[in-house]
Amino acid sequence: MYGYLFRRLLGTIPVMLVVAVFIFLMLRLTPSDPAAIIAGDNATTEQVAQIRGQLGLNRPMIEQFFIWSGNVLSGDFGESFFFKKTVAALIGERIEPTLSLALFTILIAVLVAVPLGVLAAHRHGSWIDRIVMGFSVLGFSVPVFVVGYLLIYLFAIWLNWLPVQGYQRIAEGVGGWMQRLILPSLTLSVIYIALIARMTRTSVLEVLSEDYIRTARAKGQNERVVLFRHALRNAAVPIVTVIGLGVALLIGGVVVTESVFTIPGLGRLTVDAVLARDYPTIQAVILLFSFVYVMINLAVDMLYTLLDPRIRY
Amino acid sequence: MKMLRKAILAAACTAGLAIAAPPAVAQTTLRVVMHSDLKILDPIWTTAYIVRNHGYMIYDTLLAQDEKGAIKLQMVEKYETAPDNKSYTFTLRDGLLWHDGQPVTSEDCIASIKRWAVKDSLGQKMMTFVDSIAAVDARTFTIKLKEPTGLVLLGLSKPSSNVPFMMPKRVADTDPNKQIEDFTGSGPFVFVKDEWKPGDKTVYVKFGKYKPRAEPASGLAGGKVVKVDRVEWRAISDAQQTVNALSKGEIDFVEAPSHDLLPTLKKDPNVTVFVSPLAKNQYVFRPNTLHKPFDNPKIRHALWYAFNQEDFLMATIGDENYIKPCKALFICDTPLASTKGTDGLLTSNAKKAQELLKEAGYDGTPVLLMHSTDLKVLTNLAPVAKSLMEKAGFKVDMQSMDWQTLVARRAKKDPPSAGGWNAFLTSWVAADVMNPISTAYVNAGCDKASFGWPCDEKLEKLRDDFARETDPAKQKAIAEAVQLRVIEYTPEIPVGEWVAPVAMRKNVKGYLTSPVPVLWNVEITN
Repeated sequence: MYGYLFRRLLGTIPVMLVVAVFIFLMLRLTPSDPAAIIAGDNATTEQVAQIRGQLGLNRPMIEQFFIWSGNVLSGDFGESFFFKKTVAALIGERIEPTLSLALFTILIAVLVAVPLGVLAAHRHGSWIDRIVMGFSVLGFSVPVFVVGYLLIYLFAIWLNWLPVQGYQRIAEGVGGWMQRLILPSLTLSVIYIALIARMTRTSVLEVLSEDYIRTARAKGQNERVVLFRHALRNAAVPIVTVIGLGVALLIGGVVVTESVFTIPGLGRLTVDAVLARDYPTIQAVILLFSFVYVMINLAVDMLYTLLDPRIRY
Repeated sequence: MKMLRKAILAAACTAGLAIAAPPAVAQTTLRVVMHSDLKILDPIWTTAYIVRNHGYMIYDTLLAQDEKGAIKLQMVEKYETAPDNKSYTFTLRDGLLWHDGQPVTSEDCIASIKRWAVKDSLGQKMMTFVDSIAAVDARTFTIKLKEPTGLVLLGLSKPSSNVPFMMPKRVADTDPNKQIEDFTGSGPFVFVKDEWKPGDKTVYVKFGKYKPRAEPASGLAGGKVVKVDRVEWRAISDAQQTVNALSKGEIDFVEAPSHDLLPTLKKDPNVTVFVSPLAKNQYVFRPNTLHKPFDNPKIRHALWYAFNQEDFLMATIGDENYIKPCKALFICDTPLASTKGTDGLLTSNAKKAQELLKEAGYDGTPVLLMHSTDLKVLTNLAPVAKSLMEKAGFKVDMQSMDWQTLVARRAKKDPPSAGGWNAFLTSWVAADVMNPISTAYVNAGCDKASFGWPCDEKLEKLRDDFARETDPAKQKAIAEAVQLRVIEYTPEIPVGEWVAPVAMRKNVKGYLTSPVPVLWNVEITN
């Protein structure tokens, strides 16, 4: 297993390299110019050229790439074109809101979706099953921002229970931190509840037809024990895979959710950086997201061995 | 048990003390959503409007324009003009301080003027007339001119980007092409750099030692009296969420609410929508004079007949309360506004436009029209232009892109087939386009001109004449001549004026009528 882990970790190096080359080329080859954006509307061509020179954008592309990749290898992600801060400092400032949002979302999704999926499988074909599956289709189909606006209207404007927008750091009070995370997490969790509930139902349904379940029932085991100890545990591998994929997909979700709810996290930073063509920030954030994605996949693969002793690497 | 009793007693005493203690003085915080997030902090290095607004928070100006556009004294106590109009001597007000407590001196102002003049187009023009700028004493300095010009007062009171903000000499000595890193100003607010979190909020606190003028505030002039302790610019990028937050009282003021959400805000009993008559904007069509077909002024001139302003304004703003068709080049209801030479123009006379195109020998070369799709106030301009141009006989290749791609592409001089362009539409803040010198698209200085690079000696001569003139009546006559030449040569076409209202909670009072949103004089009442 350790050999496998080592090989997988080694495998991340070419993956990250490909990602780095890809982002770098994509940004340079798209028709955009951070210097023109920084200079503003009243700027002359000469002023734009001066700024381009200061940012090093007038150097040959290959030279720019080697400078950047050399710096990244030494742990320096550069300075944002706009914020006059190092990209590492920017990411450091923004990581707490995104982590909070992601953890809250996954927590809500797992706590709601797994029991719902098990229930739907247990009551296969009943109205409960249909409602859960109906919700699942709806959860997939409705865009995140529409869910966000509906929840805001209901809980923040109509009922006046929660704030419309904003984020409070955990250091400023746990109550306020949680209060401001509820709506965005609920919004973002809808799609994952749909995804995980659907996968849980299918997996549990498959396991429920196995001989050992019939045996457990024949032994007179409590139905709850049958469902959660025997069925769910044996159906866990695909469910964990979906949860792992969900965590990775969250990266896309936080971009929209953080923008709608004005959460100063990495998603919002990505949007701002893309709109401003802030190359160093975009490159660093995408590298980070890619690294997280690879690590989550690895963690999920490692979890398989714990959930199913038959799996060996 | 004894311990528990003691603990309870101690807690009760503490609570009692807390209740008996005099209440802390409540801090008033004005929570504002500006039109964009603040990312750059040097208002001389960039012309971005959000940075200009930041500049007005923390810096002060020597002169300023009031709500009628008249030039008034601001940091300056008095100025004297030499009888031959070849020098100005400025004396600073007594007691002006930088945020670090040091006095504002002539040397600071001289360095600030010089740095501004390197970057700003009006400043550059002004400096062509300047022989020297020298300090007389700590509070007095003199600008000596090679020949008389009206640009000194106009430049030093320039209301919009780049504004000649005064900075300490150590800051103003920074290379104008590098951003400053010290944000010490002498304005009514102090920038709290430690609390500045781009994408989240920007914080300012009241500068307690600021010395406002005695006159009442008017436009950008008069007494800049700060009536709140703290101002927070919150970075809410979603238009709907901005409105929701204002309605719920999570914020107090919105600089640029989306026009389509104004009916919702107007229905809210806790919100006021305020239209400042000076917060005008002008839509313009900008042709690229380097490439066919717009390298021919006669073909460009046909556009004056192809277009009408109402179609542009209704397609973008869509509410008659916030639009104003205005054919004057230098903004209606301002000193240099004139309708001279505009009879019959901008009426969508397709027949006349077709005739002119025929006379000019238009050969059907398609016009590559850049269409920006992501900024709501600009999105519908290009489709309207395309439709009107096609009716007039142009072939139009409209290419859609986001604004930042357009910004990058418009800087390219290549032909349209090689990644260049023929035309685009944009919007100017009125304060930027009120005279022939500061109006960037009237600059016809070839390579020195803005994107589109018009090259016209007559227009440049008229701009020079305007710069030399100090008599307002004669300046107006020259501005009219500029307008006539613009119609003939067509470096740009104004396609309508619109206003951007602000929205605020009902308890927010004192917002000033000004061409630039400023937050002194604003208070939060109970």
